[in-house]
Amino acid sequence: MDRSSRPRSRRLAPVVAMAAAAALTLAGCSSSSGGKKAEEEAANASAGKADTPRMTVALVTHQAPGDTFWDTVRKGAEAAAAKDNIKLVYSADPNAGNQANYVQNAIDQKVDGIAVTLAKPDAMKGVIGKAQQAGIPVVGLNSGLSDWKKLGLLEFFGQDESVAGEAFGKKLNTTGAKKIVCVIQEQGNVGLTQRCDGVKKTFQGTTETLYVNGTDMPSVKSTITAKLKQDKSVDTVVTLGAPFALTAVQSAGDAGSKAKVATFDLNKELVKAVQNGTIEFAVDQQPYLQGYLAVDSLWLYKNNGNYSGGGEQPVLTGPAFVDKSNVDKVAEFAAKGTR
Amino acid sequence: MSMTQQAEPAVGGPPASGPKQTDGRTARRPLALRLLARPEVGVFLGAVAVLVFFLITAPPVRDGSSMANILYQSSTIGIMALPVALLMIGGEFDLSSGVAVISSALTASMLSYQLTVNVWTGVIVALVVSLGIGAFNGWMVVRTGLPSFLVTLGTFLILQGANLAVTKMVTGNVATDDISDMDGFGQAKKIFASTFDVAGVQVKITVIWWLVFAALATWVLLRTRYGNWIFAVGGNKDSARAVGVPVTFTKITLFMLVGFGAWFVGMHNLFSFNTVQSGEGVGQELIYIAAAVIGGCLLTGGYGSAIGPVFGAFMFGMVQQGIVYAGWNPDWFKAFLGVMLLGAVLINLWVQRTATRR
Repeated sequence: MDRSSRPRSRRLAPVVAMAAAAALTLAGCSSSSGGKKAEEEAANASAGKADTPRMTVALVTHQAPGDTFWDTVRKGAEAAAAKDNIKLVYSADPNAGNQANYVQNAIDQKVDGIAVTLAKPDAMKGVIGKAQQAGIPVVGLNSGLSDWKKLGLLEFFGQDESVAGEAFGKKLNTTGAKKIVCVIQEQGNVGLTQRCDGVKKTFQGTTETLYVNGTDMPSVKSTITAKLKQDKSVDTVVTLGAPFALTAVQSAGDAGSKAKVATFDLNKELVKAVQNGTIEFAVDQQPYLQGYLAVDSLWLYKNNGNYSGGGEQPVLTGPAFVDKSNVDKVAEFAAKGTR
Repeated sequence: MSMTQQAEPAVGGPPASGPKQTDGRTARRPLALRLLARPEVGVFLGAVAVLVFFLITAPPVRDGSSMANILYQSSTIGIMALPVALLMIGGEFDLSSGVAVISSALTASMLSYQLTVNVWTGVIVALVVSLGIGAFNGWMVVRTGLPSFLVTLGTFLILQGANLAVTKMVTGNVATDDISDMDGFGQAKKIFASTFDVAGVQVKITVIWWLVFAALATWVLLRTRYGNWIFAVGGNKDSARAVGVPVTFTKITLFMLVGFGAWFVGMHNLFSFNTVQSGEGVGQELIYIAAAVIGGCLLTGGYGSAIGPVFGAFMFGMVQQGIVYAGWNPDWFKAFLGVMLLGAVLINLWVQRTATRR
């Protein structure tokens, strides 16, 4: 199959393998762009460093391993921790029971503050109560907009998924879309469902839902292709994560469909796609900001007794639209993986 | 028992196994029944049933390009289901195969990008890594005598963690960088992820590779000594060793074959989507195993075929896409998928029971 290039490469293989091992241990210093270096530069870009006493903050999320979105949340949290002289303890598990255990773990470590996501609020209720009894301030981020006050959290940073969906639907009305399909990559995820419901509420055309297997890209691609073939009147595909948007573009090509693609959430490849016009627009809930503000707020609370929103209102980090008009500004930050 | 049953009907049957072998102890059964007793016939009928069902209920399926799409989905499952099936016939099990696909893609992508070398270098190193993972699995299973379920569960977790940790360490993100503008990308894409035109229908090259690999696997299984070894080590390891079958070699190479499959599908993912997310692949191993089992391979080893999993994978792709083509309420998607698969497996089981009843 690839006979022409094999023999040469075979001789190279041991050398390359060694080089690879070296590169992995050095964490890719040889790259001229991107990579570890850019990440460090991004972290160094923060504003000085506080001389307040060292404190420890736990960030406990419901991240699934390998998700680009949560990676950005964590980077924001790390940047704030570096600036505020905070030791950040990060832990995550999509299973609510395990996530609650991590919060308990943080209480046992006697941290100075806990930032937590409330994807399944009921499961977190007990352990959050324990943290409050232990006198540890708890703030919420990302998920749990409707529950953070009930659970007595100090403040909340995030996006209202329904509001974001509604804003998305309104924006779609301006693009002349008539029929859209909303692609959910994880069946049963509350936040994702709220987004699609929000879109449906304000979008004046027809909205249909489609479930795809998010852990298998070829399957995502063929399922969207199938949908576009089944219903030729679909003119816009709405995805709820950046990698799925880029795949949806390929699906439209395969199906011979003229459908456009718009999406929730960003990554650097997506920013490029918005720049060259293959993706219409993206709505961004600014995950970096969520992580940053949650950690920074705990520092402010400890050192100056402040709390954003006065304990009454959440602090909204989105929805912020990224389209051709403002994408260039976003691009330089996205290249560092922080937007 | 299962060994001889499998060896006898080798390819088409009648001419090879002529009447001479009849020694009066077993009556020759009608051709139809003998055909039905083959491991792949049940799944073949199941696949046909599913196909006909969707041809009737989902009009878009009748279109050639829809079939190409279904075959594409089936091929990415099917290419992995083949070595997974061979491994199962050989009496072992690999839970790490789903994430191993992503490990391979991540290796190729990061190596090429970070060292700024021709992507072929990454592709070759990824092959070495994938074969190495397979060899490690096989070696551990043979050496420790632990069930392969446990060993490969360990590898599954190691790879899942390493995929994430190494990617994050090297790229600073949890997804790899876009390598589509690098040297050799176009070439590699031609081999692993291109599309060609058949009578106006765009067909993905993975479909061809799938069929080529299936033909190869069938030939190996039925016509070579290595194929006999696979049945032998899966049927009874100890008696196989006693008659001189190199059990260790056979098992390790079977695991390495799974590694090869993971590499191939991993390369397809990489060259088709340009970047790889490190969290992908989890859960896919069960789909590969399901395709092999639906395809008539026993979970206990020693019995099965290479062509069966082809139909198994096709059935999976057909049901998954068929539901979408039919435009059914997507909330029921997974439930539909489960019901149709169970139904197909039951047809499969019924056919085999009928066929082997005396």
